[in-house]
Amino acid sequence: MQKIYLDNASTTNVSNEILTEMLPALGQNFGNPNSMHSFGREAMTLVDLARDRIAAGINAERGEIYFTSGGTEANNWALIGLALANKSKGNHIITSKIEHHSVLDACKKLETLGFEVTYLPVDETGLVDIAELIHCIGQKTILVSVMAANNEIGTIQNLKTIAKIAHEKNVLFHTDAVQAIGSFKIDVQDLDIDCMTISGHKIHAPKGVGCLYVRKGIKIDPYIVGGNQEKGKRGGTLNVASIVGFGKAVETTVRDYAANNKKLKMLRDYFVARVTQEIPHIKVNGHHAQKLPGLASISFNMIEGESLTLLLDMAGIAVSTGSACSSGSLEPSHVLMAIGLTPEVAQGTVRFSFGTNNSKEEIDFVVEELKKNVAKLRSMSPIRAPKKKA
Amino acid sequence: MYTQKVIDRFTNPKNVGQIKGANGVGTVGNAACGDIMKVYIKVEDNIITDAKFKTFGCAAAISSTDVAMDLIKDKTIDQALRVTNKDVINELGELPTQKIHCSILAQEAIGAAVADYQKRLAKEEAKRKKDNN
Repeated sequence: MQKIYLDNASTTNVSNEILTEMLPALGQNFGNPNSMHSFGREAMTLVDLARDRIAAGINAERGEIYFTSGGTEANNWALIGLALANKSKGNHIITSKIEHHSVLDACKKLETLGFEVTYLPVDETGLVDIAELIHCIGQKTILVSVMAANNEIGTIQNLKTIAKIAHEKNVLFHTDAVQAIGSFKIDVQDLDIDCMTISGHKIHAPKGVGCLYVRKGIKIDPYIVGGNQEKGKRGGTLNVASIVGFGKAVETTVRDYAANNKKLKMLRDYFVARVTQEIPHIKVNGHHAQKLPGLASISFNMIEGESLTLLLDMAGIAVSTGSACSSGSLEPSHVLMAIGLTPEVAQGTVRFSFGTNNSKEEIDFVVEELKKNVAKLRSMSPIRAPKKKA
Repeated sequence: MYTQKVIDRFTNPKNVGQIKGANGVGTVGNAACGDIMKVYIKVEDNIITDAKFKTFGCAAAISSTDVAMDLIKDKTIDQALRVTNKDVINELGELPTQKIHCSILAQEAIGAAVADYQKRLAKEEAKRKKDNN
């Protein structure tokens, strides 16, 4: 049975180019980069190269890149580290309702430590309410954190505008760019970003590595303590091989993004066009233009997402769903609820995230399987199609 | 995550559908938690002669309702009301912990269909008494 992977927003394969780049760090260059001796220095040279590649990829300086174990750690660190370091200036943080849980849960933790958090609403396309941001930002606000692109619906935020509003009030701006890197040009100078999270496994580097960009001069408390690594800001022996892969991944992603985007957009738009024309009672979520090129979030009315995901899996197709059943909680995705979907429609939502390895032929197969399985589940459903208005 | 029995019941449920002339119809659950089960029963001389369902939900929900219909067919009303979620899980082999609530909902769906049947019965009885007077 052929296998078709349409879950690249969840994770990606390590490309051959990146795997090749990593091998020396798993072989002869195994030293601890913080060791004084030659083994250590050789390993540190590889780390420095990765650091430089990432800095170049986002127009930052080498000294502004701090390696972490991934996006979750970087997000936790950004929120908690910046809040604690700046608490003398205020205790108010602004974020959005559609952030990843690694931001939202860090905010919940900060609320138990005496911080106040505002969770900005979004409109039905997923764009943060800018008027509300301007209204909420005040004397006690020390940090605004809004994700660059949303992982469930793909909507890309107006980062420059948000950064400008934050800076006009001397408030720091952090963005979770885990889903965004490689999809569009992220120049931290041009966008005026103070702090940014990136993760490796979304861009064909291994899992378990990421980084936090922290602009020079900005105070941040360490989060993982216990070692002098990363200028004393993040303890723990560096994951050299994964860092090497990560550095190469940022470099190749930025190098190839125009061509990749063109292909992803073509595949995604072809898929969405076919589904829209051939399957009734569906809704495409997210912004129509400001959207990640390879992501399609589609709600199939009258059926539940996990059952559709399972039927597709049996046909060899991998996708993911925002239904409650699959998340383990009893509530559907907070992102889908925030854009105003009813619980019933949110439950029937599936995310398709294409990769450059996918093909039109694969998409044709997926659409046929979708048509078949959506019809099958609808025949089992007690929910009626809405009557056509006269 | 799922046993083969759950997968089989999910991909090839035997009891999906409606019953024309059903004399008991019950709906439980809601879209907010992702499960809605609608059960149709045909009761003749206190025996459930036919039982069908429609479910909006995951594989655990669909397979639980399919099994529940088999467990109440050809049973008396009292026997049907004694079917529990444990009987449903036994038939499926097992359910993951976070899906056990689906089997409980199936048990409640049986209860809802029976309650509806009993309500209709009571109404008919009241009407008969009124016509006789």
